[in-house]
Amino acid sequence: MSERTNAQPLVKTVDLKKLFKLKGGALLHAVDGVNLEIYPAETLGVVGESGCGKSTLGRTILKLIEPTDGKIYFEGEDITKYSVRQMRHKRRDMQIIFQDPYACLDARMSVVDIIAEYMFIHHVYKSRAETYNRAAQLMDQVGLARRYANAYPHELDGGRRQRIGIARALSLGPKMIVCDEPVSALDVSIQAQILNLLMDLQDELGLAYMFVTHDLSVVKHISNNIMVMYLGRCVELCSADELFANPLHPYTDALLAAIPKPDISLRGKEQKLIRGEVTSPINVKPGCRFASRCPFCTEKCTNTDPEFVEVTPGHFVSCFKVNNK
Amino acid sequence: MAEERTDLILDIKNLKVVYKTDMEVVEAVNNIDLKIGRGKTLGLVGETGAGKTTTALSILRLLPAVTGKVLEGEIHFDGQNLMEFDEHFMHAIRGNRISMVFQDPMTSLNPVLTVGDQIAEAISLHNDQLSKEEIDRKVEDTLSMVGILPKRKSDYPHQFSGGMKQRVIIAMALCCEPELLIADEPTTALDVTIQAQVLAMMRELRERLGMAMLMITHDLGIVAQTCDDVAVMYAGEIVEAGTVEDIFTGEHHHPYTVGLFNSIPNLDSRASRLKPIPGLVPDPTNLPKGCVFSPRCEHCTEICRQQRPETVTHGTHSLRCHLFAEKKEGGAAHE
Repeated sequence: MSERTNAQPLVKTVDLKKLFKLKGGALLHAVDGVNLEIYPAETLGVVGESGCGKSTLGRTILKLIEPTDGKIYFEGEDITKYSVRQMRHKRRDMQIIFQDPYACLDARMSVVDIIAEYMFIHHVYKSRAETYNRAAQLMDQVGLARRYANAYPHELDGGRRQRIGIARALSLGPKMIVCDEPVSALDVSIQAQILNLLMDLQDELGLAYMFVTHDLSVVKHISNNIMVMYLGRCVELCSADELFANPLHPYTDALLAAIPKPDISLRGKEQKLIRGEVTSPINVKPGCRFASRCPFCTEKCTNTDPEFVEVTPGHFVSCFKVNNK
Repeated sequence: MAEERTDLILDIKNLKVVYKTDMEVVEAVNNIDLKIGRGKTLGLVGETGAGKTTTALSILRLLPAVTGKVLEGEIHFDGQNLMEFDEHFMHAIRGNRISMVFQDPMTSLNPVLTVGDQIAEAISLHNDQLSKEEIDRKVEDTLSMVGILPKRKSDYPHQFSGGMKQRVIIAMALCCEPELLIADEPTTALDVTIQAQVLAMMRELRERLGMAMLMITHDLGIVAQTCDDVAVMYAGEIVEAGTVEDIFTGEHHHPYTVGLFNSIPNLDSRASRLKPIPGLVPDPTNLPKGCVFSPRCEHCTEICRQQRPETVTHGTHSLRCHLFAEKKEGGAAHE
């Protein structure tokens, strides 16, 4: 990260918060003070377990969900208070690919109509012919045979449906795409095809990705920087190589240890397991979110919020154990 | 031979299962052989639609009655052919000597019964001589075995988290101390840290109870960490089988197994691109004529398109591929 101090981040959030109000006035802390930067042509991986707020974060950045507090900057412009109409214009630059390629496509539209829809909404081309022409080009670009142009989503398999989702996201020529678990619903051999496609498109078009996933091996493969989230907070942020070589936060450590590795030499070795389960994000008390499961928890951890500190250049951690060193 | 048979808890021979509808015939499982030794764990690996779950359901004779049909084959459990028994006999086997854990913990529990009642149901069905108090005590023992406080037996499924629900289901499957546990993607719906906890617990219980396990999964990491033997399934066939050492460190592999390994992003390597298997799993209503993998295989030759390969076995390792059929002949000639 230090190499690019001159470059302007494409997306930047400052202390971004999204709290959902529940019945009875309780507050669910989905995203709780996240600072991140995404640079052009780079990928920020966001990892965490279910309920850690990673999908909410992705949607809040696109303002599909209104943030409660904090700021979102896109190309240096504060878009936090943008109206729906202003955002509609901005979304030409920022798009999203969803997890479930079965649910996010209109079952009653043909493939080419789904891909062309955004271009019609934004009046990108003057004529229908030009729009459909571009849609066909996009199909080539994402590796969908043109013979599927008039097919309906239910006729295609998961991998091809995800390609439709990608073509649709590309149709407006975005600068950034939020990929919300785009390969989780796919089989490994298809998953690899889609990951390669996303990386090829990034090289070709200079896209920035925010790649939200629960799968650490996928995120390592595709990301430049990785952010680890736990209960709405960012606990660790650094480059992908650094995170795997030198994980500092006890939660990151536990996550890495928990992945079953396809290597039989590790069989039967004691695993570092963390106890318990993710605690409730409703009306959270001050203190480190991970304290109740942390093997290094001290009294300080349960009373005070640890700060998000840059320990070595480009490596940020929020943990008292690390920060005190 | 007779001695060998008693070592095996499960021996599937030449099993062929189809799903028949008015429109089409889906060839889900095509003449597979599987063996599980007593107290051993077999990992059944493959992608969606490979026929893994169909194989598991046929063992318990739980295939959908109208469409699912076992056309050929025998399933020997503890020396007895399950295909010859009637439904009444299967009732005594299911949940008692063979249990199954399903993938989705959210849908395999009854939402209107307490978890204690649901475990008690499984126990009382197979032990009608037990008194209410004895069953109650057994429920509590089973719950504490999977790491749940016994007092939570009067809670309902919605009061448990995903990981806890899966523990309840495992408790239910284990309450009669089965000889064989079929686990169909038991941790796919769980988060990694919870998955690690559940897998560690399953490993420990397997050792304590000495049961055999059929672990169905698509995750090669889970196979490497929990299984003794592995069978790789593709389009209803077992394309490669052997011990974990054969599969993970052996020299020769089926091109599909190689493709599967290349598709997983490796935590240790910095390769910029994955090497995925091109193409898609074939349509099971219209399987290729020769080798089922031939349309996606980079080593495909004319014989692969024409003829189904035979299974070639070297010691514990067996492969179903023309590449190795030739090699064996060539190797023999050299000797």
